[in-house]
Amino acid sequence: MKIKAPVDFWAGLMFIGFGIGFAAVAQNYQMGTAVRMGPAYFPTMLGGLLAVLGLAIFIQSLVIAGPKVPAFVFRPLILIIVAIVLFGILLKPLGMVIAAAVLVFIGAFGGHEFRWKEVAILYVVLALFSVFVFVKGLGLPFPVWPGE
Amino acid sequence: MEIFSNLALGFGVALSFQNLLYCFMGVLLGTLIGVLPGIGPVATIAMLLPVTFTLPPVSALIMLAGIYYGAQYGGSTTAILVNIPGEAASVVTALDGYQMARKGRAGPALGISAIGSFFAGCVATIVIALFAPPLAEVALKFGPTEYFSLMVLGLVAAVVLAHGSLIKAISMVLLGLLLGLVGTDVNSGVARYSFGIPELSDGIGFVTVAMGMFGIAEIIANLERREQRGVFVAKIENLLPSWADIKRCIPSILRGTALGSALGILPGGGALLASFAAYTFEKKMSRDGEFGKGEIRGVAAPESANNAGAQTSFIPLLTLGIPSNPVMALMIGAMMIQGIAPGPQVMTERPQLFWGMIASMWVGNLMLVVLNLPLIGMWVKLLTVPYRMLYPAILVFCAIGVYSVNNSPFDIYMMCVFGVFGIVCVKLACEPAPLILGFILGPMMEENLRRAMLLSRGDPSVFFTKPISAVLLGISLVLLVIVMAPTVKKKREEAFQEA
Repeated sequence: MKIKAPVDFWAGLMFIGFGIGFAAVAQNYQMGTAVRMGPAYFPTMLGGLLAVLGLAIFIQSLVIAGPKVPAFVFRPLILIIVAIVLFGILLKPLGMVIAAAVLVFIGAFGGHEFRWKEVAILYVVLALFSVFVFVKGLGLPFPVWPGE
Repeated sequence: MEIFSNLALGFGVALSFQNLLYCFMGVLLGTLIGVLPGIGPVATIAMLLPVTFTLPPVSALIMLAGIYYGAQYGGSTTAILVNIPGEAASVVTALDGYQMARKGRAGPALGISAIGSFFAGCVATIVIALFAPPLAEVALKFGPTEYFSLMVLGLVAAVVLAHGSLIKAISMVLLGLLLGLVGTDVNSGVARYSFGIPELSDGIGFVTVAMGMFGIAEIIANLERREQRGVFVAKIENLLPSWADIKRCIPSILRGTALGSALGILPGGGALLASFAAYTFEKKMSRDGEFGKGEIRGVAAPESANNAGAQTSFIPLLTLGIPSNPVMALMIGAMMIQGIAPGPQVMTERPQLFWGMIASMWVGNLMLVVLNLPLIGMWVKLLTVPYRMLYPAILVFCAIGVYSVNNSPFDIYMMCVFGVFGIVCVKLACEPAPLILGFILGPMMEENLRRAMLLSRGDPSVFFTKPISAVLLGISLVLLVIVMAPTVKKKREEAFQEA
């Protein structure tokens, strides 16, 4: 077995995985009959179909040559995700002003260049905008400061 | 003529001070964000969606529609000035538009694009007013069987017209349908795929999916590349094209508008297909022009077409409740959040909303022209803002926006999950657009399938014995077969290659 089209190889595997996964979990629910479909009926159908298509993509990747999977660049991926997750964790206890600081600074660190002064100015503008437009203007119920 | 009284009702709604204001804000914000490089209309709408939650439904939809064509227009501006199409539909505009800009004719290029868009917008508004009511009437007669088949056709058409691998696009649709089923099943009350997490039993919010796959994933993908842009900062003079230019473009604008209006109505159609088709058609029609080297007709035709297509793609949304592209999927989501069930009954039950929105499209187009001709200098300045200053702002808006939907950090984490999944899809060359369409249609399809099977006492052949349903499924099958045929397959790949 030789992988001729790595992109399709992995895409096929992914679809097979999702298809079987969804169909398998659906077996915990009632199947019902064609007349009265239970909650398992439609997802089992779709999951099965997805797995079959995934298999087709998979098999194709062993026959027809195709492009390689481009390398993942981990710095932006990890830093951006960490920044957003921290924002989610910190927003309620510490408020918008601090959570946004974490998001902007860590997020900006994920880019190619990081200039302290620039990011600081950007943060101040964004924090002011968020507080005045989203919290005061649109009335979204976010705490602004810790303990609010 | 009923259409006049309807339009009068619509203009009455659209011209109220409040709605004019929201339309203006939508168009302005849409253009502003559309001009910024690296943010397409889908991300723009997803990002700004939470802003509209607190508005009354008509104003919210008017504002969202304004954002859409604003973003569209802004995308063309970047295509002409920087050779970076803000979104896929303006890819072809960049071909000749950027060449014009390099020859010092950026002004006329932007001008003709505004004029063409405005003309196309006017025509498309009339097309919607004429075609939507009869179509909605037909759709009112549809039962669950017909609806199911219609959704199959919509999804198949969307997949066929998407670029990239067909089988992967279908797989993405199926995955989208499955993801749409997460949450409590309305019939049995069973919480599917919630794994004991209470937030998941309410289902995954479509804002979460859209922002993750289009917003966050896009940022990460952009950051992987080094920034390189040749901004065209030469002074832009003479925005108005000369009379000779306009005369030269009139046939192109007419052709583009007609083609765009027709293609926009098709399921799976919309701005993208319209602009591609118009450019190719224009190239075939006029043999004398030097396309690709700054031919003004190569800007006029696709720009008219994409605006016409963007607007007429509201027809399937407003009459059938079926989204034809990701932007329309977002609009459906917005309607649902506002408590409006999309479908043919919207027109009869909420005529103010329906006609108000149509009238506002014309108003919005007028605003676009009035707004953009004088503000073009400001847009050019915006273009020079480096991406490293932009993306933290997008991050903040996405995070706040997604949080505000349910006021829960859970949605933020889900957005990250879909962001990572979006990056994986980019690497594996799987388009996210079909997934979003499937995601929106998942629950509706299941519901209609259930009802259809209940009515037919479990006999699946009903989908082929009922005439309308059989025709719809027949068309889907023919489409699939045609696209799979080797010669067409090659042509399709070539057509998308050209861009």
